[in-house]
Amino acid sequence: MTKLTGTLRSIVGWLEVRTGLAETLTPAVTHPVPRRTASWWYVFGSATLALFALQIVTGICLALVYVPTADQAYQSLQYLNDQAAFGSYLRAIHFWGSNAMVLVMTLHMLQVFLWGAYKYPRELTWIAGVLLFLCTLGMAFTGQILRWDQDAYWGLGIGASIAGRAPVVGSTLVHVLLGGPIIAGRTLSRFFALHVFVIPGMLIALTGLHLWLVLRLGVNEWPMPGRVVDRETYRKRYEDEVQRDGVPFFPVAARKDMVGMAVVVLAALACAAIFGPNGPHGAPDPTITDASPRPDFYFLSLFALLALLPPWTETVILLVGMPLAIVLLLALPLFAGTGEKSWRRRPVSVVSVLLIVLVVTTLAALGVTSPWSPVMDAGTALATPVVYVQGRSPLELQGALVVQNKQCRNCHSLGGEGGARGPALDGVATRLTHDQLIRQVLQGGGNMPAYGKNLSPAEVNAVVAFLETLRPANQPPARAPVSPRPVPRQN
Amino acid sequence: MCANHDSLPSPRSRRGFLFTLGLALSATAATLAGIPVIGYIFGPVRGRAGQAWVKLGAVAGFPEGQTRLATYENPFRVPWDGPTAKIACWVRRISGDQFQVFAINCAHLGCPVRWFPQSRLFMCPCHGGAYYEDGSRASGPPPRGLFEYEYEIREGQLWVRGGQLPTLAGPV
Repeated sequence: MTKLTGTLRSIVGWLEVRTGLAETLTPAVTHPVPRRTASWWYVFGSATLALFALQIVTGICLALVYVPTADQAYQSLQYLNDQAAFGSYLRAIHFWGSNAMVLVMTLHMLQVFLWGAYKYPRELTWIAGVLLFLCTLGMAFTGQILRWDQDAYWGLGIGASIAGRAPVVGSTLVHVLLGGPIIAGRTLSRFFALHVFVIPGMLIALTGLHLWLVLRLGVNEWPMPGRVVDRETYRKRYEDEVQRDGVPFFPVAARKDMVGMAVVVLAALACAAIFGPNGPHGAPDPTITDASPRPDFYFLSLFALLALLPPWTETVILLVGMPLAIVLLLALPLFAGTGEKSWRRRPVSVVSVLLIVLVVTTLAALGVTSPWSPVMDAGTALATPVVYVQGRSPLELQGALVVQNKQCRNCHSLGGEGGARGPALDGVATRLTHDQLIRQVLQGGGNMPAYGKNLSPAEVNAVVAFLETLRPANQPPARAPVSPRPVPRQN
Repeated sequence: MCANHDSLPSPRSRRGFLFTLGLALSATAATLAGIPVIGYIFGPVRGRAGQAWVKLGAVAGFPEGQTRLATYENPFRVPWDGPTAKIACWVRRISGDQFQVFAINCAHLGCPVRWFPQSRLFMCPCHGGAYYEDGSRASGPPPRGLFEYEYEIREGQLWVRGGQLPTLAGPV
């Protein structure tokens, strides 16, 4: 045993004489950090790094089998799912790892923002971090494309359509993005190169810069209300604090980091084991028209936003708003680089974070149910509720048939089933009068297509007769407002 | 250490000349290597105007007054395109030789619109855009009607000019 340790020691010594690695790295690893930063709140950065490592390892494994060509990518994914040893599990880890990476990186960013860590002298650390975040979202989008299923194909369609809205250079952008005039083999090759070479290279380089800056400038101290950042005095005060009351990063702060890293990786592994891989869903055959494309969760909020924005604002928000938001995020430390760090003294920051988190999660939640999308098979898959056909006259029953056959329920629900694009039809008779119903059916309006050309007068009569029966027994039908009696003019 | 070795040599000296030569040669090499790289990445742009006439099928296969799905092979396909070499479009035969051929891509963000013959509407599964049977916008977020192909009838066959992904920047 002693002999073995002795041999090991001499090998390490031999290496150290030549590389000097321990001599160089030991001060970096054991550098003092402010005592309070050895906190659970400070583990998200290293946890993100651990997930990135997990993504690299599983990504390389997947690349051993995955075929990045449009005619075989789908089959190679099915092979990974069904036949390759651990293939399905590795795909699942890569998918859940990517979800976890986006999530934990977002938490890291929120923590850093609320703790004021982006302020002087750590501006560049923040900027590198924002670029890392954008690259990670780039990985998320390109990774979704490599799944090469219906969602990938139509996701590219959405991406290209957004690019196509750019004035002047729109067409050029679309062709550069797709690698050709249309989504096809060359598109997949482009996204493969981006996902496997270009963006990972950028991520590794930026991670190096980010870590180097953290080491050079020190871990951000725990912010205290009233301790204002001043460019003249900050660095000296920080050095003094660290010298006076610092703890070595390794092992004091690193203990919690190691736990955090292990927990997020274990969580990704557990999700992968429980929920399995994602897709591929449906072959990427654009002639299959019953596709209902949905993005992965990171882009659900954007997907929802594009359904809910007033159409005339879309292009501006996509082409001006989004880049402006990114520039603002990058430039944040340049215009807010000094002053209070503590979130207790930065109400605007706290409210902004709450607002952004609330908006993004609400939009993502809406994206899951997509209430704006018509239920495409409502006309054939849903039955008219029995209560709405009991005791109805032949004309009204004819109307119920028309409602069913003309796919009204793609957008309107009845008895809780059907689309949510338009208002539910239960109780419609309490809101609209006979004349208003006819007008709405014939002319549409308020986001409803006009059915005047598609319905015969008899069909319109029947539909309206049926709709007029749709009200609870204890509620009166809608009545047209009685025009006020003209006041006699007094001379 | 001698100060002469540290600072940049005077451009007139032999060392200075070598230094300038080194910079110039490196810049030339980088430019010469960069031109084909940039040209290669932006290569697909050259095919921007590329559209070709493709056959959709016999006119008789499209009954009057109906709208049907038709598919064709991308004229610019490469052998490894697989299923993505296929392109779908909606063919509406109004009457006789009068047709309308619509791209399947929604004018909003390119999702595949579906035809509902009973309500005579195209509906989009992504953000709920809807179009009338003549392709004009009926409701929802699309900023315009469906993209329409140019078509011709040659010897009883319906031909369209296709091969491009229709976006607001460029039609089919």
